Amino acid sequence: MGRISRDDVRYVAKLAELDIEDEEIEKITSQLDKILDYVAEVSRVDTEGITPLPHILDIKNVLREDVPGESITPEAALKNAPDESDSGFKVPKID
Amino acid sequence: MGKESKYESVIGLETHIELNTETKMFCGCRLSFGDEKNTHTCQVCLGHPGSLPVTNRKAVEYAAKIALALNCRINKYTIFHRKNYFYPDMPKNYQISQYDIPLGVEGHLDINMGGYVRRVGITRVHMEEDTGKLLHTGSTGRISESEASAVDFNRAGTPLIEVVTEPDMRSPEEAREYMINLRNLILFLGVSDCSMEEGSMRCDANVSVKEKAAKKIGTKTEIKNLNSFRFLQRGLEYEVKRQVDVLESGGRVRQQTRHYDNRSGTTKTLRSKEEAHDYRYFPEPDLVPIYVEDKMIEEVKKTIPELPSEKAKRFESEYGLTGEDCVFLANNMDMADYFEESCRHYDNPKNIANWIMGDFSALMNKNKVESIRKSKVSPKNLCKMLEIVDEGKISSKMAKSVFEEMFETGRDPGDIIESRGLKQISDEGLLGSVIDEVISENPEPVEQFRGGKEKALSFLVGKVMAKTKGKANPQLAVKIIKEKIG
Amino acid sequence: METYYLTAHELRDKLDKKEISSTELTKSSFGRIEEVEDRINSFIRLEKERALSKAKEVDSLIASGEKVEELTGIPVAVKDNICTKNITTTCASKILKNYVPVYNATVVEKLESRNYILLGKSNMDEFAMGSSSENSHFGPVKNPWDIERVPGGSSGGPAASVASGEAICALGSDTGGSIRQPASLCGIVGLKPTYGLVSRYGLVAFASSLDQIGPLTRDVEDSALVLNAICGHDKNDSTSVNKEIPDYRSFLKDDIKGLKIGIPSELMVEGIDSGVRQRVDKVIKMAEDMGAEVEEISIPSLKHALSVYYIIAPSEASSNLSRYDGVRYGYRNKEAPTLRKMYKKTRAEGFGDEVKRRIMIGTYCLSAGYYDEFYEKARRVRTIIINDFRKAFEKFDVLLSPTSPTTAFKIGERMEDPLTMYLSDICTIPVNLAGLPAASIPAGLSKDGLPIGVQVIGDALREDNVLRAAYSLEKAIGFKDLPEL
Ligand SMILES: [Mg+2]
Ligand SMILES: [Zn+2]
Repeated sequence: MGRISRDDVRYVAKLAELDIEDEEIEKITSQLDKILDYVAEVSRVDTEGITPLPHILDIKNVLREDVPGESITPEAALKNAPDESDSGFKVPKID
Repeated sequence: MGKESKYESVIGLETHIELNTETKMFCGCRLSFGDEKNTHTCQVCLGHPGSLPVTNRKAVEYAAKIALALNCRINKYTIFHRKNYFYPDMPKNYQISQYDIPLGVEGHLDINMGGYVRRVGITRVHMEEDTGKLLHTGSTGRISESEASAVDFNRAGTPLIEVVTEPDMRSPEEAREYMINLRNLILFLGVSDCSMEEGSMRCDANVSVKEKAAKKIGTKTEIKNLNSFRFLQRGLEYEVKRQVDVLESGGRVRQQTRHYDNRSGTTKTLRSKEEAHDYRYFPEPDLVPIYVEDKMIEEVKKTIPELPSEKAKRFESEYGLTGEDCVFLANNMDMADYFEESCRHYDNPKNIANWIMGDFSALMNKNKVESIRKSKVSPKNLCKMLEIVDEGKISSKMAKSVFEEMFETGRDPGDIIESRGLKQISDEGLLGSVIDEVISENPEPVEQFRGGKEKALSFLVGKVMAKTKGKANPQLAVKIIKEKIG
Repeated sequence: METYYLTAHELRDKLDKKEISSTELTKSSFGRIEEVEDRINSFIRLEKERALSKAKEVDSLIASGEKVEELTGIPVAVKDNICTKNITTTCASKILKNYVPVYNATVVEKLESRNYILLGKSNMDEFAMGSSSENSHFGPVKNPWDIERVPGGSSGGPAASVASGEAICALGSDTGGSIRQPASLCGIVGLKPTYGLVSRYGLVAFASSLDQIGPLTRDVEDSALVLNAICGHDKNDSTSVNKEIPDYRSFLKDDIKGLKIGIPSELMVEGIDSGVRQRVDKVIKMAEDMGAEVEEISIPSLKHALSVYYIIAPSEASSNLSRYDGVRYGYRNKEAPTLRKMYKKTRAEGFGDEVKRRIMIGTYCLSAGYYDEFYEKARRVRTIIINDFRKAFEKFDVLLSPTSPTTAFKIGERMEDPLTMYLSDICTIPVNLAGLPAASIPAGLSKDGLPIGVQVIGDALREDNVLRAAYSLEKAIGFKDLPEL
């Protein structure tokens, strides 16, 4: 226990762009702490000389030829956009 | 002595180069050049749910080409990583890039600084995808002054190569020269347009200063947005001076990211180390590793043209030019070709080189002709003129003015000489009669010459030149005078 | 038996013999949906009109004697994390509530080309994160065997709709057991293919290195039939297997004589209901009676599977879910005055608690100073697990275990305690970590009348062994019960 502090939680929330209310912090911290404390047991496993596999079936060199495929129309691209300004995806003031 | 001279700057550069493939790095959308907004997108480069990337083979080959040209070691096993951070021009809010196993490592690029050669170490050459473009509303189009922005994803996913150097440059000039050389090299390879104006070549720098004696490097700042050779040098000069002032006034340089503002020519703080990004790099699970086979490396090597450094060496052995001249010619692809073509018409390479690097280059600079290919003077005509000089038909002094006209009009040197009536009098008979006149009109100098006064000879030649309005061939005149009164 | 309770292969015959039309079949499925859906809530969206007009096409197609494929004219439910062009695909999340894909997932393309009938998009745990299908913006799915209980998750919608007769078969996705565990809790068959055998293109990513699409069906034969339709190499998925594909129905032999079956002790111990345990023992006995060579085996590294999974899956998820930012699609908080506030509010309001919890865990495990201790370490332990499975499969053709340590639990029972919820997948998670194929088949009912499932695990790309064992055991078990609704 005591693996993750409230400040850690605030820092992680900032990285993940998640708004967390102060009253939630307590609960979230203790939940994450429980989970992290559980999974941290992997540190006890001896992994000397183990190199992680990049892909379970060692597939490699998957490359496509430099040949144009289908693009979509600007209308289709913007169809799902929450906000738009002349065929661009509009976002609020960048801070 | 300015206080800068106490210090020297330590500079490393990070350059992003957009490749000129047909399609994007991980999808089939065409690359776009100033097209209508969002006309070159798909579910992949818009980062729609469920879409997956597939790597563009040509982009990998181009990247390898650049890495090899920069003398890098190619990692036989290379993988992509995700670089995680939120920004609206990033469709997935992570960039597919490379991290600890980039395609190329441990290379170098030699920069000729005139007096000396600076070897700039290349730390890494890696592949990644470009972001979209942010268009800021409001009159100035500047982020700080706009109430909202709009994103155009045409550029998102364009194949991007990042070239990172060691902190090996010791002055803004060296940094500028490095960029010019790197750009030349990549233009040689033909894998990018390298247009700094259109942003297909972009540059950030790491700068610190230290007292010349000092071993350890000082705290560095990162300067963004140095997107022209001029801005690069001016930005670095400003930053170096700023750091020196800080140190001189007893302060300490703070590690931070600064933005070069080309309007004021100054650098301003973007963010400090404390708020530096935590990118959470991890191996991209949607892509599989690339094992670069020797076969591929050989194939790519075949497509690499002769590079400036090799060219320079060849010029030295093949044409017997000096190292300096070779580097000068070899660093400019057009000039090098022009030189070699000329050598096919006229076999005095040294003479050709001198003209190209001398009068020719001077006129080009004066008239802002950026490429020798664009000048009106063909290699054939240049050589023709040089032959005429050798034949003594015109003096090298006349040649200069003839060449100026050739440069302006592109006319044949022979015609120019004809129409200007510049042909030298090399006819012994004709010249002989003029000399007879001079001898009879100047008895004393003639006697003095007979008495062994060499100076008298040049006086007599001067008279001959005067009578012929400078058209006489001086060497011939001397020969005849000696015959007649020697 | 009612039409809507028949299997796809039975219906194939009837359709081909013109004993029934696709229109009648589709109507009967929608009839059943009208009867029970308000109690089951297994669909987020129904496509009745589209389905019926499609069925009409198919009928004229069949009438015209055109060649039909196995799934032509069969009503199928598709989990709502699989992209369907021009049909809203929500992942049961508020953040994608109104998201309309501009493209079809590869599996959907394949089914469309075989003229299947899409009934609608199935309910699920938000972004497939959960084991109970309670984490849905559109309300929890109920278990047809007891609507007080969960159907399992995250493919609870697909499982419940097949179990309740709403759909003939369904497509789900399995990242840590999301096909097999709900199949087990709902008394149907669920198959998770080898990682890479079925294209992930168009499957909304949860954990890229673990996700796999697969069938939920009434019997093993249907699973083979659906797998035939959706598997195969896809140039749009770099991780997709490029190998010759067999006809999976050809492996449906009622014979496991000499088949070597291993029983991993690590999947049989702690936390497993005695009722479940007894059932599985019964099945093991059956296998022996049928001439299979059964033996216990210990794979110690499996003890770490849950930890490894809850580091790797959230880490990949935290990155995969970064794209939901209110810029290009999906929900956006429109009040926020600046970009960063918009991001934070949009994601805080758009994601449910479990999704946010996993994004937080994953972000932490990847963040500066913790990467090596958590993510990198987990990757290495995962590799050990993979190697241990490989060793096991040098000795055995398949491994057998319970699918879920318990039968269906009460709705709300585990919502307050994430860890207990995570333990529901203890038997299925190791299989995803190793990318192996595995099926869950019904093994019978518990004392209190709830389905119990057994899991058959095969070596990578050895679906043949999994199907052969599952098919034979299915015949031996002879599970025929249906939920009373
Ligand atoms: Mg970069
Ligand atoms: Zn695209």
